[in-house]
Amino acid sequence: MARMPVQFRLNGSDRAVFVEPAETLLGTIRRGLGDFAPKFGCGQGTCGVCTVLVDGEPRLGCLTLSVTCEGRSIETASGLADGPTLHPLQAAFMEHFAAQCGFCTPGMLMAAKALLDRNPDPTRVEVVEAIAGNICRCTGYEPIINAILAAAQQRGARRA
Amino acid sequence: MLEFRKDLFADERDDNLNVIGKGEQRQDMLGHVTGRTRFFDDHGFDGLLHLKVVRSPHHHARIRSIDVSAAERAPGVKRVIRAQDVPVNKNTLLSLIGFGKDDEPTLAVDKVRYKGEPIVAIIADSDAEAMAAVKLVRVSYDPLPTVFDVQEALKPGAVVVNETYPGNYFEYHDKYDHQKLRFGDVEAAFRSADHVLEERYQMSPIEHASTETNGTIAAPETNNRYVVHSCAQGLFFSLGTTAKILALESNRLHFIGGTVGGGFGGKVDSLTEPLAVLGAMLTGRPVRYVLGREEEMQFGSPRGAERHVIKDGVMRDGRIVARQITSYFDAGAYTRLTSYGVVKCVAHMPGPYTIPNVRGDAYCVFTNRVPATAMRGFGVTGVDFSIEVQMDKLAHLVGIDPMEFRILNAYRDGDMKAHRRVAHNTALIECVQVAAQKVNWPLSETARRASSLSGGGGPRATIPPTVTDEGGRIGRPETRQAPPRLTPGAGASLPAYQPQPAIPVHQPPPAHQPVAPLPSYPSQPATAAPLPAPAPPVPAPPAAPQHGAARFSSVFTRRR
Repeated sequence: MARMPVQFRLNGSDRAVFVEPAETLLGTIRRGLGDFAPKFGCGQGTCGVCTVLVDGEPRLGCLTLSVTCEGRSIETASGLADGPTLHPLQAAFMEHFAAQCGFCTPGMLMAAKALLDRNPDPTRVEVVEAIAGNICRCTGYEPIINAILAAAQQRGARRA
Repeated sequence: MLEFRKDLFADERDDNLNVIGKGEQRQDMLGHVTGRTRFFDDHGFDGLLHLKVVRSPHHHARIRSIDVSAAERAPGVKRVIRAQDVPVNKNTLLSLIGFGKDDEPTLAVDKVRYKGEPIVAIIADSDAEAMAAVKLVRVSYDPLPTVFDVQEALKPGAVVVNETYPGNYFEYHDKYDHQKLRFGDVEAAFRSADHVLEERYQMSPIEHASTETNGTIAAPETNNRYVVHSCAQGLFFSLGTTAKILALESNRLHFIGGTVGGGFGGKVDSLTEPLAVLGAMLTGRPVRYVLGREEEMQFGSPRGAERHVIKDGVMRDGRIVARQITSYFDAGAYTRLTSYGVVKCVAHMPGPYTIPNVRGDAYCVFTNRVPATAMRGFGVTGVDFSIEVQMDKLAHLVGIDPMEFRILNAYRDGDMKAHRRVAHNTALIECVQVAAQKVNWPLSETARRASSLSGGGGPRATIPPTVTDEGGRIGRPETRQAPPRLTPGAGASLPAYQPQPAIPVHQPPPAHQPVAPLPSYPSQPATAAPLPAPAPPVPAPPAAPQHGAARFSSVFTRRR
């Protein structure tokens, strides 16, 4: 089938790539553009390890067609840090031991970033809701929730 | 007042340890939070090919014919791999430590034994093209009768699942149909018990469901080696398995791994490594073989089902005087690691309790289910769960608080375990005391004062005489001989099923040796009553384990 050109911004860089019409955004980012931060877990939108941000909104990379991302801005966990400086969420995940095998972490971070970007001071319940679509099989969710709340608190303190 | 056991692991302690109580950053955490950690699938290769397998839709069937001609002509297909392309197409995982017979093909030859068994592998330019070609492979089957229940599988005349083990049981030491534990005389103790309770516990298979599915990328290197990006939990175990199946020197395999996206036991079977490397050998290109989520859920090995039948004799005062456990492990169609799980199970009978008469029998049984494997304490979790539920039921039966009931029967330092090892560093009593305290569970003064350090040993250190039959054997009159081994060549028809005796109920020998002393009886000399000499000499036991499990398992070796 004829491949189609797509242009979008990935972690701040403009990228152009040819994709199959049925190619998923996850496949394009990983195998097409070599950013392996988002993972493949189920291919059916149930585990959340492929979570990326499309124009700031969390999206499941495995269920999003690349051709629908023309002109969009895509963010993955690879683009979270500002050079050598970690994003507050990354620092909080480290501080609170919010990862064990690390496979769900890139998706968790992006779901958390989407939350904090629109709601800088979330309640615990709001944090739980924000990561409800992301499955972790190792650590348990408590350290992850604590890390996200701590990151929010730290950002709030910095703004004050 | 709780006593804290500062002597635990005293011989292993380095008093300079100063880590506890402080956070210590994991060395891989920075990679995890920056997305830079490289899992097996996070490697780019030019010209990467994709491998998918044709799987059996039947639980049990003879393969009449396989037609791959349409698949070979399909768009993007680079290579079709069939059973005859696999250099050593029969393996068992623990053969690397000399435990068990090769019983599982990488690709099915003339028969499929579980739904989902791989038959043909297709390598194509893309995942989608490989999957499309899979649908074009025509396999013609003669479905065979199936067996899914462990006890049905052991009955005479049952369908033979795996011809390497025609009795449908794993053969320990090449001749025994199960693992056995004998201590004292349970039959006599059941007769003297105030209550006897027999219950059956059934565990279901459990899928590990790690977020990363099983998979491998293998690629030719420049030095006549193959680089293998693997998610194996036992990287060198997988390397050895792959080398054996592909008849390669192991130094031609360069395994990179150790970064596992969740394993829990589900990534020890080398499900994908051999075919991915074979694909790279046959195409000269990088080959990626990753299970989809459906494949992982339906065909990735689970924790196997277990059935435990526990019969206990208990006195009105709460002392358990006899425990009999019969365990059936559902290995599925092939051995993989279940044979080892059974050994662990027997090592955990009769639980952390001092019981003077114990009888254990555990079977590794083949059925037409997906082969089972390791998962978090496999072999132990199921039987321990069953034992603890049984303990609650027994406590209820004799009207004793379940926490107190455990403290009463707990093993203590100096007690003889059913495996003829003296118990050291026991701490069940203290664990129960702490648990009770944490949930404000009232304990009697006696239970609060109990200690693992006192009250053990003495008569409780006795090894009671073991009941034997006239032939000097333990357990039951006839020990079944291993049936003839079947190793059918290509096209050979299988010999008829060899009928085997029914699983016999244990017949107690006519004359009983004295019942072993009960835990709290004050004195029965520790030297124990002399064993009456059995008429024929006792046949030599199957010697120190030569099969390698000794090296594999802490079960057989003292902690240093």
